[in-house]
Amino acid sequence: MTESIPRPATIAVKADHLYKAFGRRPHEIVKKLKAGKSRAEISNLGVAAVIDASFEVKKGEIFVVMGLSGSGKSTLIRMLNGLWDTTSGTVTVGGTDITGVSARDLRDVRRKSISMVFQHFALLPHRTVIDNVAYGLEIQGMGRTERLAKAQTIIDLVGLAGWADNSPSELSGGMQQRVGLGRALAADTDVLLMDEAFSALDPLIRREMQEQLIELQAALGKTIIFITHDLNEAMFLGDRIAVMRDGRIVQIGTPEEILTDPANDYVAQFVQDVDRARVLTAASVMEPVRSVITKTAGPRAALRTMRDLQTSVTFVLNRDRSFAGIVRDRDVLGLVKNGETDLRGIIRDDATSVLPETALVDLVEPSVGSELPIAVVDEKNRLLGVIPRVTLLAAIGNVNTNTGALPIVMPPATISISQITKILGDTAEDMPIDAEGVRA
Amino acid sequence: MTDFRLPLGSLVESFVDYITDTFGFIFDFIRALFAGAYDGVEILLGAPPFWAIMLVLGVLAFGIRGWKFAVGTIVGLLVILGVDQWDNAMDTLALVLVASVLAIALSVPLGILAAKSTLASNIIRPVLDFMQTMPAFVYLIPALILFRIGVVPGIVATIIFAMAPGVRLTELGIRSVDKEVVEAGQAFGASPWRILRQIQLPLATPTIMAGINQVIMLSLSMVVISGLVGAGGLGAQVIASLNRIDIALGFEAGLAVVILAIFLDRITASLGSSESAGFFGSLRRVLRARRVTDAAASAPRTASAPQPSRV
Repeated sequence: MTESIPRPATIAVKADHLYKAFGRRPHEIVKKLKAGKSRAEISNLGVAAVIDASFEVKKGEIFVVMGLSGSGKSTLIRMLNGLWDTTSGTVTVGGTDITGVSARDLRDVRRKSISMVFQHFALLPHRTVIDNVAYGLEIQGMGRTERLAKAQTIIDLVGLAGWADNSPSELSGGMQQRVGLGRALAADTDVLLMDEAFSALDPLIRREMQEQLIELQAALGKTIIFITHDLNEAMFLGDRIAVMRDGRIVQIGTPEEILTDPANDYVAQFVQDVDRARVLTAASVMEPVRSVITKTAGPRAALRTMRDLQTSVTFVLNRDRSFAGIVRDRDVLGLVKNGETDLRGIIRDDATSVLPETALVDLVEPSVGSELPIAVVDEKNRLLGVIPRVTLLAAIGNVNTNTGALPIVMPPATISISQITKILGDTAEDMPIDAEGVRA
Repeated sequence: MTDFRLPLGSLVESFVDYITDTFGFIFDFIRALFAGAYDGVEILLGAPPFWAIMLVLGVLAFGIRGWKFAVGTIVGLLVILGVDQWDNAMDTLALVLVASVLAIALSVPLGILAAKSTLASNIIRPVLDFMQTMPAFVYLIPALILFRIGVVPGIVATIIFAMAPGVRLTELGIRSVDKEVVEAGQAFGASPWRILRQIQLPLATPTIMAGINQVIMLSLSMVVISGLVGAGGLGAQVIASLNRIDIALGFEAGLAVVILAIFLDRITASLGSSESAGFFGSLRRVLRARRVTDAAASAPRTASAPQPSRV
């Protein structure tokens, strides 16, 4: 059972073939399950709450376990800190196997390595906010002055400044859960277990707490294992999500993987109601840029590109391939007619550019504001792709865009092909025919 | 009908005889202990002049429930004094105090044990049922044999009779503490003893105090019955009035019991509620607030991180 080789430091929590059965003879249930019997077949012996759950949670990751009530997720999380012992399988926290260790050792692990936030807050009602936050430190044996000082910084951190001396009953639900979160953070363990931590809060406050949790996680780098029955919450918080059903983990993956590539019908059915606009990112829906030229290519090249692709707009890149802006066909046409060779004067910067990890929901507004596709650029401002309105709509509505003809990526041409060709021909003698038109 | 008769009664009788013979020294020891405790409390209550006791109880009443109850207490005690039952009432009060303290000292730990272990609970529960439903007079007989006539059999019978609600409500109180809060204690690595002390007992206090209140009330009713075995006090007066069919004495002694009962009930009921209304309650709140501000003042307040709006 015990593993002598220490786990790599990057794995914070590891669950290895976990089983938990309730009944008179739990081990017999597990034996039958291992032999391939289904959950229904052993129901006369007892209940199999968790069946063969294996996963690894990386350091600094938010790992969400998602499932409906009765799927075994609460049982699973309680095995991770030994509140319930496993019927079979091992749990490793920070490289230490915590299954089958003495009660004293287990308490030690809980004090130092793994703390917990509860669905109904589980605050000590007879203690003030600050004493609640300092509770973990008190158990760790820290002196009163020291722990109150530390608790005060945590209270400020979770946004409860000024409430330290109140009793929990004087606080609203959201604030009480901040105390619960503060208590877990104050204990300063690497791993935080959160059992439906925001489920008892109303939606607006829940969203606020989710955002704050992500901020705190980014600032403190905790490993968070979050249990929820709310798929939107899972998608919003999770770096990776484990979907549970009837005691089994049916899929583990990033929110996008779960959304775009569900492992089975159950997951697919589950995710169909998800708020896709909040989960899918610009990177996952963007399309390759067709209509693009470099700044130095000159107006004739720009015009050619637009004529060939029948668009009224083309994207312009700097020499280092960073995104410079757009040019419009009428402006380019003017340049060509006047025999000018420099595009720089007519480059507009009215196209919106976003980072690849931007959620689709944040693309709606710029998309409404302009008929131009949204440019997706990386942190060095290099153009990675574009998102036209159609693509955005299709992605949010979960409609496949690759069914018919070419997707309409760019605003259609406003000047006829023949007109452009004629003008190109008329002005041809001054210009080298082909500059370097870049096509992605 | 056959002639066969289950010899249950004579079995118990011989059992009592046996332990009287064999463990007599233990009972002598207990007797000395209880009698000593009673004598001590009795001197404490009986030796000072009546007005001193009245003053102390009045102040206690004011401190725990407020001035109205203090006035009520003084008036009640004056009535007892007026019907010339003061000494008897003090004897009874001493008896109740000794018996209740012992009953509580036994029942709360037993209740904790029952809450912690289902096995213990399964054993204790039927025993409690037995203790509670067996007619109270019956306890007096073996108690009389084991401890001889006087105040001690009265105390022992009272303890046995009054313990049950203390055990039951302690168990109930601890078992009904929010599971998640107990889990929180465990999840942060608290030892079972610490969880009991810092979470279960404080949260179960209102229920435990209700149990203690019941213990005291039952003690009072039993103490009167133990007047039968020579325990003295108001009980003896009630028994005497019963023997002589003395309505006047019966009413006066009975009224004194009622007044004591109301006083003890209101006092202990107040202790059960976390925020008592009287002067002590306010004092405690003030002290707590001061302690908290001191502690907070000594802790450096560092403003850090953007502070989201209070939800």
